[in-house]
Amino acid sequence: MSDLNTSMVEQYRNNFLKEVEANVEGGTWVKMCMQCGVCSGSCPLGPAWEHPPQELFMMIRAGKREEVLKSESMWMCTSCYNCIVRCPRELPITHIMHGLANYAHRLGLAPKMNPTRRFAKMFWNNLVKSGRVNEIELSVGLYFMDGFKTGVARAWAMKDIGLGMLKTGRLNPFGFLTHKGCKDKRGIHRMLKKAREIEDRRKGLAA
Amino acid sequence: MTDMKIGAYVCQGCGLGERLDTKALTMVAQKEGKAHVVREHEFLCNSQGVAMIQKDIDEGVNRVVIGACSRRAKAEAFTFENVAVARVNLREQVIWSQPPTDEARELTQEMAADYIRMGCAEAKKIVAPTPNAAHGTNKRILVVGGGVTGMTAALESARAGYEVLLVEKAPALGGYMASLYKRVPSREPFADPQPTDIEALVAAVSKDPKITVHLNSRTTRTSGAPGQFSVDITAESGPTRTENVGAIVMATGFTPYDASRLPEFGYGKSPNILDQAGLEALARSAAAKGEPMRRPSDGKEVQSVAFIQCAGQRDASGTHLKYCSGHCCNTSMKQAMYFKAQNPNIDTAIIYTDLRTPGNGEDFYRSAQTKGVIFTKGKVQSVAVNGDGSASVHFHDLILDDKAAVMKDVDLVVLATGQVPNSGVNIDIPPDATDVPVTEAGKVQSVSVLNLTYRQGPDVPQLKYGFTDSHFICFPYETRRTGIYTAGPVRRPMDITQAVEDATGAALKAIQAVENAGLGRAAHPRSGDLSFPTFRREGCTQCKRCTVECPFGAIDEDEQRYPQFNEGRCRRCGTCMGACPVRVISFENYSVDSVGSQIKAVDVPDEFSEKPRILLLACENDAYPALDMAGVSGHTSSAFVRTIPVRCLGSVNMIWITDALNSGYDGVMLMGCKHGDDYQCHFVKGSELASYRMSKIDDTLQNLNLEKDRVRVLEVAISDIARVPQFINEYAEKIQEIGMSPFKGF
Repeated sequence: MSDLNTSMVEQYRNNFLKEVEANVEGGTWVKMCMQCGVCSGSCPLGPAWEHPPQELFMMIRAGKREEVLKSESMWMCTSCYNCIVRCPRELPITHIMHGLANYAHRLGLAPKMNPTRRFAKMFWNNLVKSGRVNEIELSVGLYFMDGFKTGVARAWAMKDIGLGMLKTGRLNPFGFLTHKGCKDKRGIHRMLKKAREIEDRRKGLAA
Repeated sequence: MTDMKIGAYVCQGCGLGERLDTKALTMVAQKEGKAHVVREHEFLCNSQGVAMIQKDIDEGVNRVVIGACSRRAKAEAFTFENVAVARVNLREQVIWSQPPTDEARELTQEMAADYIRMGCAEAKKIVAPTPNAAHGTNKRILVVGGGVTGMTAALESARAGYEVLLVEKAPALGGYMASLYKRVPSREPFADPQPTDIEALVAAVSKDPKITVHLNSRTTRTSGAPGQFSVDITAESGPTRTENVGAIVMATGFTPYDASRLPEFGYGKSPNILDQAGLEALARSAAAKGEPMRRPSDGKEVQSVAFIQCAGQRDASGTHLKYCSGHCCNTSMKQAMYFKAQNPNIDTAIIYTDLRTPGNGEDFYRSAQTKGVIFTKGKVQSVAVNGDGSASVHFHDLILDDKAAVMKDVDLVVLATGQVPNSGVNIDIPPDATDVPVTEAGKVQSVSVLNLTYRQGPDVPQLKYGFTDSHFICFPYETRRTGIYTAGPVRRPMDITQAVEDATGAALKAIQAVENAGLGRAAHPRSGDLSFPTFRREGCTQCKRCTVECPFGAIDEDEQRYPQFNEGRCRRCGTCMGACPVRVISFENYSVDSVGSQIKAVDVPDEFSEKPRILLLACENDAYPALDMAGVSGHTSSAFVRTIPVRCLGSVNMIWITDALNSGYDGVMLMGCKHGDDYQCHFVKGSELASYRMSKIDDTLQNLNLEKDRVRVLEVAISDIARVPQFINEYAEKIQEIGMSPFKGF
């Protein structure tokens, strides 16, 4: 996909904005931002973002392509929808954040070690494998993704919740062995493959 | 009037009968006030009560004292033809301002008795005013300026049935608006630039039988007063004709701020750097040829445009205009849309610090964004012109805090430079002044618009930044020259929609002025007042204070250097009366004597009575209503205060204060409106002059060997309902603290 990532950075021209409009979910809304900053002020994780949504929109207009696509910022979004609710211009900000993250990921520009991105990948693979999420596999995978030692520590910290889930039958302790997929696993796989083809074609990313 | 016959009437309604001994009050009026007829009535303002008074008038009573409610209430019921009426405010400011207890009864009664004495004293000194015999009856309206504002004012006046003279200095009507390609939309959905339709407006004006248009002409002399202005209209290299008009609407518009003062933005270095007017011209000529807009330097089709907002505006450094011109954000969006309509792929960026989109501009803003106009919040530092004719805009990106942001290869740069009012000469700046900042319109413009023959100068006074407004809160279109109204961008920065509204308002004001003048009555704010100032010639020392201090330029000088009052221009504030050191100026129903005798009529108890007396002179526009409303709202205040309403603090003559202190009052309070830059005085300068005059009171107090706190000047607003009684009580406490005046009983 590296050929897709031909940099056309030209400052303060509409080029990157047009790229975003064409390729990012909700991208056509970016030009409508009026820079009031309500989204940045409303975000519960706001202080943790390097570039809050308002700033990302301005960077897109300013053609700061690399900075935006390589940013960790949009990966911070937890989909609380506070910004969407409050935006006076009714921009679907949450969707645009996910759209940007997704686009950066597809271009191969997203930060490789971003935990959100890694978890999202893990979740997707887990889900697609059998058509159904395997909790024990996913949580163990998540805890141990940075090595055995941190994994033990994380699991230990979560043990009370884990035990609670066991007691109420929410977590199958034998999930590694007895995990059952959905009825038509192959059907699911075919469906996802087709969906991918359609999206790639729409976004002009088809190989 | 030789045989004065006073009738005094005390009302018992609204609780007055229960709280006061009205019988005793009529006795006061009879014995001390020398009233010939005294009566009580249980409901004075009803038809029987009024009929009772009218019957006495028919039988010879020619001065009426009404002891009832405030003069602000029941004015219609208590107006009698050819009879002077003194209103005694027993309700709002006596019984409603005092606690309804048995202990308070004695002081309340004393208060009421004093007010009755004051009312009778006033009645002796006033006569019912008669209309000014020298009033003018011309109802024609002169409109100066043939732009959208002037033409709208002319059409609106004509539609209301008035003859109009329209004077335009250019060879054609239309003004600045005629130079526009399109205008910011005035109709739903406020999404696209709209044709100006100026041709239709010009046609309507030209064919209106009530409107006479003088093109290529200027007003070279203006004299007179509302209802009787005389104006010389001089055609360029042509004859001068003298016309009579009743009122004037000045709609001289604006000039775009000179962009050549902005070399940092490259203006003058390249023809590709334009101001907003320049872009309109470019768009018009391109449209006329049916071609796309091209770069003036080399004819290259425009691919990218940058708009720089607030160019030479909102400048804190004092080099350029200090204010926001209000229309330029919308205008730049409109101009960006010219390009988007030509080709949506043309890059258009608007660099702004604060986007201000008045009216329906928010919809227009959204539309511009939808069309792909880019908005960048930033402060432009400089514009560099490149060899190929393109420009680079260097700016501080305020969102990304990038001080070295740059927009490269821009084909056109448009500067939003703002409006400079065509106000004429700034009469407050001496003609030989050298250190006037360039941003003051007075320095920029040395040619008078109206050429008034007034002693105070040839043009209308300016309020701020050269704009000819006079009262920013309450009275739009009013200038400080009665019968002359300003509208459009000469009054304050504005766009077309606002200018049309302004023109309509000013036309209505002009109509009011000619109608009032025709009846010999005052114009706003004492609209309908028949009284006007006269002076005793033999007493006048020709000191000229009245002519200088009149806020409205109503007073000229005659050949013998005596003041010459132009009643039509007068607003009846009495500032001249307050100024006159020899006290020769008076109104028929308001004079140094009519107030002075009220002050002296108050019964001042002796030093050992522990009953001080405080005189309160309250401005009738704000302070007096606030006092009334304090009573209505049940706020109580000291019973030692005696209040006299004055037309404006500017009318307060110093003699009243020295008289009051000399006759044993323990303190004097003055309540007027806020003065200074954000003044609220209905007469613009009245409260300011009063505060200046009062600043000299300390010497007088020292001469009398009295404490400084014996006089207190306070600024109050009409909304200070709870604060006003508080001020009174605080001052009463202060007086208690200082002790009684040593001047009692002399």
